[in-house]
Amino acid sequence: MSTVTFKVFRGDQNGGELQDYTVEVQEGMVVLDVIHKIQAEQAPDLAVRWNCKAGKCGSCGAEVNGKPTLMCMTRLDTIDTSKPVTVRPMKTFPVIRDLATDVKWNYEANKKIKPFAPAPNTNWVMFQEDVDRVQEFRKCIECFLCQNTCHVLREHGEKTGFIGPRLLVRTASLEMHPLDVENRLDMLKNEGGIGYCNITKCCTEVCPEHIHITDNAIIPLKERVVDEYYDPVLRFFRRLFGSKKRPELSQAADD
Amino acid sequence: MSTKPVIGTDKRLTERQDLWWLEPLLVAVVLTSFVIYTIWAVLQRSDFHFGPYTSPFYSIPFTSAEKLEWLPFSPAFLVIWIPIGFRATCYYFRRNMYRAFFWDPPACWVAEPKRSYSGERKFPFVLNNLHRYFWYLAVFALFFHIYEAGKAFFFEDGFGMGLGTLIMLLDVTFLSLYIFSCHSWRHLAGGCLNCFSKHKGRYTLWQRISQLNEQHGLWFWLSLMTVWVTDIYIRLLSKGILTDVRFF
Repeated sequence: MSTVTFKVFRGDQNGGELQDYTVEVQEGMVVLDVIHKIQAEQAPDLAVRWNCKAGKCGSCGAEVNGKPTLMCMTRLDTIDTSKPVTVRPMKTFPVIRDLATDVKWNYEANKKIKPFAPAPNTNWVMFQEDVDRVQEFRKCIECFLCQNTCHVLREHGEKTGFIGPRLLVRTASLEMHPLDVENRLDMLKNEGGIGYCNITKCCTEVCPEHIHITDNAIIPLKERVVDEYYDPVLRFFRRLFGSKKRPELSQAADD
Repeated sequence: MSTKPVIGTDKRLTERQDLWWLEPLLVAVVLTSFVIYTIWAVLQRSDFHFGPYTSPFYSIPFTSAEKLEWLPFSPAFLVIWIPIGFRATCYYFRRNMYRAFFWDPPACWVAEPKRSYSGERKFPFVLNNLHRYFWYLAVFALFFHIYEAGKAFFFEDGFGMGLGTLIMLLDVTFLSLYIFSCHSWRHLAGGCLNCFSKHKGRYTLWQRISQLNEQHGLWFWLSLMTVWVTDIYIRLLSKGILTDVRFF
């Protein structure tokens, strides 16, 4: 058993500061265990959102020594505890209190994405190779660490013209669905703001589900936007032979 | 709805405790050195040829750089824009470029300079969307690299293999891996499809490209280094500083 100093953010939407807590830690503990120990022994009013303690609910996202992570999945033996360990709330979202942030912007931005739209009289039989890509995106637990990490949202605060990596992954899961006939490329280019993404891959680095966000979702979507708006040769051939997305069926699905 | 992050207004650069600055620094040093060397090598107009070896900077389709001596500019300019355009618009390179040269961001979770940001929505970075066109051209140029590598087996005294041949073979191998692991190629080959079960051949091709694509960054660096080493080796042979090693 050893003693470690934790500097934990305490505050609300009006501001706050780091407060020092000295905690006796044991082998096998994760950061969330420490936060619970602080709650139990030193600061019962410390606010933290958590649920499963298994890296599956996506509730306990925070920044430990500057790195966005799930506190329940961050073992103390993976960080340097010889120096004070800093725990802050996710930087991109407004603080409600202490380590709990208000992530409802994500749900508002999600409304920009048109829902799944199958063609009328769809044959629902699908083959595994058709849904492999989509199933990777379905692993998302909506922890929003990727949204917190994305510098477009985090550093530039672009929350009106950009939907962020999580919602790009969701769009990819719909766009690549074998039975979907909706066209979301206009949304991606305009209000979705995919052009803001400059592929620095931080979202991929931080994903606790190891989804290849950039390579398998964002870049393929960027290429689909290129197909539609920046490739005159392909556009010519598509007009000649017809689009793979069928707007009339999409319209029927909307009806 | 307020979306303002209260703690986002602080002045911290980062609380990361690792050497986050090392990767962008190394990338900036290596790429800047490569660009300076390339400009120098292209402007030299000499020492790009030795025996059956020709520098990849001077691998001109349908002719040879020696036959273009009459040009008022270096013949390398005829082709060098193709690999430059392909690499500059490469998705992997863009990640490194934005981190090392524009600090957008310098590293993950590190604050960046406060300035207006439009990503790849406006000129000049919107031109990155032309990557697939540079891919077509890069495939065209690759065939001539392969042709030059084939020529490197034919010495004045007949068929043989030297260290230069081996270096040129490595060069075209890594260039091929880099070009055919491209994200745009992955999309064009099959990624653009939604229903793989109706296109078995393209699905298999997409799977193979996806496997290569996982190491796209590695192929980027290896192909960059082998192009560099190939030119240096041929230049040193041509200047008489080195003697070629013949295996047979």
